[in-house]
Amino acid sequence: MNAEAAPPPQTSGARLWLLGLIPLALMAGIVVIFAALGAPGLAERRGPPVENLVVDKIALHPGVIQLTVRNDGPDAVSVRQVIVNDGFANFTSKYEQLTRLAADTIRVDYPWIEGEAYEISLLTSTGGVIPAEIPVAVETPEAGPGFYGLMALLGTYVGVIPVLLGMLWLPLLRRSKPSVIRVLIAFTIGLLVFLIVDALLEGIEIAGQGSQAFGGQALVYLGAIVGYLVLATVDSTMRSRGQAASGGAKAGGLHLALLVAVGIGLHNLGEGLAIGAAYAAGALALGALLVIGFAIHNTTEGLAVVAPVAKNRPSLKTLAGLGLLAGGPAIVGAWIGASAFNGSLVAFLLGVGAGAIAQVIVQLAPFIRNEAGQFLYPKSAGGLLGGIGVLYATSLLVSV
Amino acid sequence: MVAFTRRRVLSSLAASLGAVAAGASQLGTSGTATAAGEMPGMDHDPAAAAAHSGHAGFARGGIVDSAANGFDPSLIVRDFDWGRTLKLADGRTLREWNLVASDKEIEIAPGVRYAAWTFNGRVPGPTLRCVDGDRLRIRFSNGSAHPHTVHFHGIHPSEMDGVPGLGEDIGGGLIQPGQSFTYEFDAGPFGLHLYHCHASPLAAHIAKGLYGMFIVDPKEPRAPADELVMVMNAFDTNFDFGNEIYAVNTVGFHYLNSPIKVKRDALVRIYLVNVLEYDPINSFHLHANFFHYFPTGTSLVPAEYTDTISQVQGQRGILELTFPYPGKYMFHAHKTEFAELGWMGFFEVEDQ
Repeated sequence: MNAEAAPPPQTSGARLWLLGLIPLALMAGIVVIFAALGAPGLAERRGPPVENLVVDKIALHPGVIQLTVRNDGPDAVSVRQVIVNDGFANFTSKYEQLTRLAADTIRVDYPWIEGEAYEISLLTSTGGVIPAEIPVAVETPEAGPGFYGLMALLGTYVGVIPVLLGMLWLPLLRRSKPSVIRVLIAFTIGLLVFLIVDALLEGIEIAGQGSQAFGGQALVYLGAIVGYLVLATVDSTMRSRGQAASGGAKAGGLHLALLVAVGIGLHNLGEGLAIGAAYAAGALALGALLVIGFAIHNTTEGLAVVAPVAKNRPSLKTLAGLGLLAGGPAIVGAWIGASAFNGSLVAFLLGVGAGAIAQVIVQLAPFIRNEAGQFLYPKSAGGLLGGIGVLYATSLLVSV
Repeated sequence: MVAFTRRRVLSSLAASLGAVAAGASQLGTSGTATAAGEMPGMDHDPAAAAAHSGHAGFARGGIVDSAANGFDPSLIVRDFDWGRTLKLADGRTLREWNLVASDKEIEIAPGVRYAAWTFNGRVPGPTLRCVDGDRLRIRFSNGSAHPHTVHFHGIHPSEMDGVPGLGEDIGGGLIQPGQSFTYEFDAGPFGLHLYHCHASPLAAHIAKGLYGMFIVDPKEPRAPADELVMVMNAFDTNFDFGNEIYAVNTVGFHYLNSPIKVKRDALVRIYLVNVLEYDPINSFHLHANFFHYFPTGTSLVPAEYTDTISQVQGQRGILELTFPYPGKYMFHAHKTEFAELGWMGFFEVEDQ
């Protein structure tokens, strides 16, 4: 107990570094010796090798089924034969054997037919079977200018346009009383709560598929923590700079709008990834009705962005910037998702989006306090429920 | 569930833009984007089509290492084991064989290994052949880590039936590892039979490879012919009570890569046994020819003239035919799933 009171001994920086590195160096030395001696004292594991190969992605090209696999298990795996719908098929792959975490692309020659279902079994050297399924065969689009154009358009429809449309409520907001604004901010928080739930569920769903080697569902939660902390840091940095400059309520509103835009932007990035990936995988149906339904569903995100600046007079440029910040990432997400889909990455980014939105909620929450300083009162609770309810209802509206 | 619907909406939206994409791709130089309306699977890339030779087969053009396996389906197909023979006092022939059970890993498809249980280190076990009325003595030694028996089809006393619990008083029944027992009985009736392990669990003991062909020739021999052994079998490599690899004489597609060579206009006699486990029925179909079929080989009069027959587990029969034209003729299970999973081969007919 006395030692705590004693002042730390004076030490130079280099010495401090050394003190920190010594345990690490010892640990590294022990690992090397342990490995060099062939893990003394530990018996070989009993039983056959654990073959835990995971099919991360299936792409379909004319006459070819291409599977991206990753070895999630501790032991090396050799895919020696491939069975497609109860028949052996010719295939090529880069590696004879995959060690832990190694990935490979298996190209199976198979005259698949659009719209039909395929069941694939990767037969390993030990006779083990790694199953994969194609519920409906659709050609995977190849990445090219046209494809990226399409993805950009898609991101615009899903992200940018609805958000910008939602922002058109700004003139109405300007003419509203402070009490109405408070309710609208509560409404916005409700929307954001829904988006958190949505992002987490989606992230967990995606994380549950494919390779679990990088953490699986844990990535969603880690992402959420990262997202929350990053946005909190950005916020505090902006706040301290803002106070140094001029500060004031006006800057505060814009600042909040920016945070909301960033949070929703991160959310839309994850959303874009999911769309791009779904499109690339061919897991699609279509209908113009759905476009309309989706526009209604996402327009509320625009309202969330402009609600904090109701009392400000932001320039059109600023507003457009906010809109792009909130909606634009959907385009980037769609590009990444369609060209280099990785379930672990998407799950992580969806988590980041959820965490960022949680931080935005924390920032927005004080603004729904009424004159009496109450946080939850009938109108604010109604606004919250309204926000959740609207997104819930519109999501039902567009579900098919 | 909301999350699902939300993404489904996104996906649907993506597809609805397909038409726009088609337009965009036409503007682009590469035109790699494909409209959803096209039928990509229908037009085959010629390079891809050339890669597979049109019929099923294993990948990489690999072949199974018969030397490492210790048996070669190309040799098994004409390998008949008549045993050591002795003349008995009553003038009859005594035939003796040794059957040794052992656990052995074998390669059943290129690169795919299977922990088999074997008689004499091979799957199927040796084709034991004798003549109706011969005295047979089969000394069985269990070198496997598991208890086994040898159960012969035919007519014999109960204690020689190779079934757990029967004949234990004379050392028979279930033969434990390291133990041995001699089965002794008279050959009959003439025909095509089989032998297999009858230890429990039965399906596993058979499916792992403990079976073989047992031929009892009639006293008056059949006409001389080019005689072939075909044991239709399969392997459940991942223990899900369903087979992954089907074959004749163990190695899938073996006779596709190494066709069975026969002579034009020469009589060919095929001894065909079905020992398939986990699937109720197997079949044999010959291309571009017909054969006379003798079910179980117990009659010298063919029952049918056909090109396709089916057999349930343990069912067997003799096929007789000649090939009037030279060339390659496919034979396979007409259960096409089995065919494309390995049970497919070629006869190659050469001029005399």
